[in-house]
Amino acid sequence: MRFLMMTVDDGTPQGPVDDELQARMGAFIAEMSRSGALLATGGLDPRATHIVAKDGKAEIVDGPFSESKEFVAGFALVETRSEEEAIELCRGFWAIVGSGRGTIQRVYGPDGD
Amino acid sequence: MRDVNRTIDAVWRLEAPRIIAGLARLVNDVGLAEELAQDALVAALEQWPDQGVPDNPGAWLMSVAKRRGIDRIRREQTFARKVEEIGQALEAETEMPEPDEIADDLLRLVFTACHPVLSRPARIALTLRMLGGLGTDEIARAFLVPEATVAQRIVRAKKTLSASGVPFEAPQGPERAARLDSVLEVVYLIFNEGYVATAGSDWLRVDLCQEALRLGRLLAGIAPREPEVHGLVALMEIQASRTRARIGADGAPIPLPEQDRARWDRLLIARGFAALLRAQELGAPSGPYVLQAAIAACHAQAATAEETDWEQIAGLYELLVRVAPSPVVQVNRAFALGMAFGPRRGLDVLDALADEPSMANYHLLPSVRGDLLARLGDRADAAREFARAARLTRNDAERAVLEKRASELS
Repeated sequence: MRFLMMTVDDGTPQGPVDDELQARMGAFIAEMSRSGALLATGGLDPRATHIVAKDGKAEIVDGPFSESKEFVAGFALVETRSEEEAIELCRGFWAIVGSGRGTIQRVYGPDGD
Repeated sequence: MRDVNRTIDAVWRLEAPRIIAGLARLVNDVGLAEELAQDALVAALEQWPDQGVPDNPGAWLMSVAKRRGIDRIRREQTFARKVEEIGQALEAETEMPEPDEIADDLLRLVFTACHPVLSRPARIALTLRMLGGLGTDEIARAFLVPEATVAQRIVRAKKTLSASGVPFEAPQGPERAARLDSVLEVVYLIFNEGYVATAGSDWLRVDLCQEALRLGRLLAGIAPREPEVHGLVALMEIQASRTRARIGADGAPIPLPEQDRARWDRLLIARGFAALLRAQELGAPSGPYVLQAAIAACHAQAATAEETDWEQIAGLYELLVRVAPSPVVQVNRAFALGMAFGPRRGLDVLDALADEPSMANYHLLPSVRGDLLARLGDRADAAREFARAARLTRNDAERAVLEKRASELS
């Protein structure tokens, strides 16, 4: 099963990202890759271009590059054997980061599997 | 509130390999290590539902397992000296090991689980049990054998390892290559067991592909200097990318040229290519897994079946037949040659295989011959070959496809 984990930045001030945190996060990501669970990960630019489509016509409604109050700051696509496993991996992430908010959602393929 | 037992199950599957590997290094006995880890799991099942899941569940399980080890050793005073050494080792190590140490321990564990003193089914069962965290019931369901058989296999395997004095280590020097072959073989056997499972099968069987892929990725992480490990991962990633496309709605297998390539999983293909590149960057001459992955990559690269670079594939089969000569590879080589340079070239290779005893009942030989003959325009002979292939295959869905081709031609 694939799950997309996302961290949400809602403007709450974060502690400084020091060398130690970066090293621990690097080790965590390396470990997740090594165990075969992590398929892809990345951070997202807070500047977003918003698009709305109507009757097949897509239009830019906001931006390019508007800053939202709340936005997805980072993501990790993981492959696990159950949702509980994905949650356990998530716990490991927050144990390093400290405080914040995030979501975990199941990712379905084109055929719903 | 989530079901705590499901959480324990997830924690166990994630942590079991490291815990067993770490304990095995301390007690130098994989069987004992696995039992201690199981004791810790039992303790978790007793305590976590009431007390909650600890913040660092892996460390909790490890420290309980170590305590159980010390208790057990104190009770078994008869093996006084060995026991004292182990007891000291267990007490001395209080911290969780560093990531590199964990990687080394896991590598030792996989080499031990796939040791050649064990039968192939035993290697597979031990690997799934200790590196996959699977229960005997799950292994039994996945391999369609009774649970008692798997349980017995595991007990015997642990005894054999202990009785043969197999040390808990990753072999170096000339022994390493042969031992690594055994590890890769076990992982690929697990993958193929899942790959042949049909759409209607128990999901546990199909999940074996996923499990093998996970094991392969893990292996690539802990043995990154081995090109064949990356080759095997690349091969499995690319094969797994076709999972959704290779079985029709009616459950019948769809041959590669007829698959809807839009349904191939691009993420897995990209991962496969990256793994293949890592293998090639290590600079060693290509081994069988790297070559098979390269062939799979040629298929993955073609936007349509017509655009397949058969000349390159035929060239790769020439190399593969040299490093891993087998009649099966020859049959595939014949097909590739037929596609690249005309059916005659392929038929010549098949004719040379005609007297091979292992080929007498191999359905792929008449199936490929039928294909090549049909392309030559020899419909009657082609139909005969497909009918023969249909009689030989043991897979019902495949038989239906072959019979259909035979009747279309006659």
